[in-house]
Amino acid sequence: MQHFLDFEGPIAELEGKIRELRHLSGESDLNIVEEVARLQSKTQLLLQQTYAKLTPWQLTQVARHPDRPHTLDYVGALIEDFQPLAGDRCFGEDHAMVGGLGRFRSRSVVVLGHEKGRETAERVRRNFGMARPEGYRKAVRLMRLADRFQLPIVSFVDTAGAYPGVGAEQRGQAEAIAQAIRTCLSVGTPIVSVIIGEGGSGGAVAIASADRVLMLENSVYSVISPEGCASILWRTNDQADAAAEALRLTAADMKNLGVADTVIPEPVGGAHRNPDPVLKSVGRHLETALTALEGKDPHTLVAARRKKYIDFRRI
Amino acid sequence: MSWLSDFIRPKLQAVVRRPAVPDLWTKCPGCDRMMFHKELEAQLQVCSACGHHLQMPVSARLKLLFDDGSYELMELPEVEEDPLRFRDRKRYSERLRLARADSDAADAIAVATGRIGARPCVTAVLDFGFMGGSMGMAVGEGLVRAAEFSKKHKQPLIAVTASGGARMQEGILSLMQLPRTVAAIEDAREAGCPYIVILTHPTTGGVTASFAMLGDVALAEPGALIGFAGPRVIESTVGETLPENFQRAEKVCELGMVDVVVPRSELKPTLVRVLAHLTNGPLPSPEDTGESSTAVAVIA
Ligand SMILES: [Zn+2]
Repeated sequence: MQHFLDFEGPIAELEGKIRELRHLSGESDLNIVEEVARLQSKTQLLLQQTYAKLTPWQLTQVARHPDRPHTLDYVGALIEDFQPLAGDRCFGEDHAMVGGLGRFRSRSVVVLGHEKGRETAERVRRNFGMARPEGYRKAVRLMRLADRFQLPIVSFVDTAGAYPGVGAEQRGQAEAIAQAIRTCLSVGTPIVSVIIGEGGSGGAVAIASADRVLMLENSVYSVISPEGCASILWRTNDQADAAAEALRLTAADMKNLGVADTVIPEPVGGAHRNPDPVLKSVGRHLETALTALEGKDPHTLVAARRKKYIDFRRI
Repeated sequence: MSWLSDFIRPKLQAVVRRPAVPDLWTKCPGCDRMMFHKELEAQLQVCSACGHHLQMPVSARLKLLFDDGSYELMELPEVEEDPLRFRDRKRYSERLRLARADSDAADAIAVATGRIGARPCVTAVLDFGFMGGSMGMAVGEGLVRAAEFSKKHKQPLIAVTASGGARMQEGILSLMQLPRTVAAIEDAREAGCPYIVILTHPTTGGVTASFAMLGDVALAEPGALIGFAGPRVIESTVGETLPENFQRAEKVCELGMVDVVVPRSELKPTLVRVLAHLTNGPLPSPEDTGESSTAVAVIA
């Protein structure tokens, strides 16, 4: 069952009609073929028009679309001989944070990423992509592994944020995130992060304090969710659209503000309608970013990465 | 009642009373006791009845930490102001203006240099009174300056935290202060400088998720709320009920997240002791550090 967003109502209607017609056309009558083609081009136009002027709040919804490619989709498409690695060696294995070893275009890499999961049971198992301290401590462990064996790190960011639960707090959620940021800024190997969906606050930057930050066109990156921001600053939950606007959380904003280096375009209608070209395109951009960083000595890499953040928008 | 008593008197009352009453007396949040401001000041903002630690003004904090109460404030450079032109129900620029009018500080951080236990140190103090101590570019810049000073002069770096987290009105730019402050602090630590964090009430959000939880040694004040997500967020987002003393310094220490909970009267001597050991240096006597020992006596 395809999932349509609120503002996609007219598109859903057209696509519904097309499905209906196709279902009816058992006897394949010419009129129906023509009608389907007509509706399809109408749908395409409507998609183009809708997606050309998405508001920041609508973009946020696209970024959260359940059919968007997730971390494991990128791993499946881009990483060969992937070997998942589990656990923080301390408390547990966090399925919201996946990681492991793999080969990306003839080099071995360490892969990290939030994974939201797809089917209900899977989404619950992965805590909807909201990692607990174990997830961040696993990330630290794998980044250190990458450092030790001089493997580049690729991270995929897709989380509403770090999980705000009692247990997570008791096991040191803040410290776990802080250590992940510190580790990102201390490993002598290239780190490239791709924001593929939601870049939710501390839980995102924990694995995205990187040499290069790439963002998909319809992904978002923010210090707080528009809903959270609205409830605090507007004192109401129904101003999420205004908050999304004020927060400046789109990929285009990130590029303008100097937070993201590159915006990776998505096909008309978003990555969830047509994932294959997006998976390929992310692969190309990752290759470019990694190639530019390879061969630098560890100290130079760390110094440059820290300087990038220390000098960030400094007058 | 005449129009006179209705309209003139309330105004007069406001003029006469407002500065007098709330400034001189403070109700203890711990035991509701009314305390005279001079008494509170002399007791380092600690209730003499129940020991509750009230928030401490930045200048009082610096006086408490530096020898003879003497320090030099570092002039912090300007940062971009409201680059997002953020507006909720109020403009961010307006909120900033109001906060500045209230506090005579430019933002929620002060950085000072001086001697602590006869040792030259640099200290960054967050000001919860200024927009909840929230971390935007100005707070980030203050931390970075403090860390850079520490690294350059090989001096211990001390951070006193009190913050609701990242400053939402600076959007993603406030989130970038997490890696920014951590990068600066790591540079100082790798240069061999001790980095001590003093967590005070409350320290949450982006500040705990960055420099506040990375101290070589972490001291916490009694009763301080320390956590990532605030209690309200946890209750409303995941609907979990909170255990007793959840996120309070004593509990946080019990869970292994800070080294020691230190009453304010013991804060300075504890800090001096830790710094002496980390630098393998002498432990100065209280006279050397200008410790009058009266403040300590009052509390004890
Ligand atoms: Zn009291």
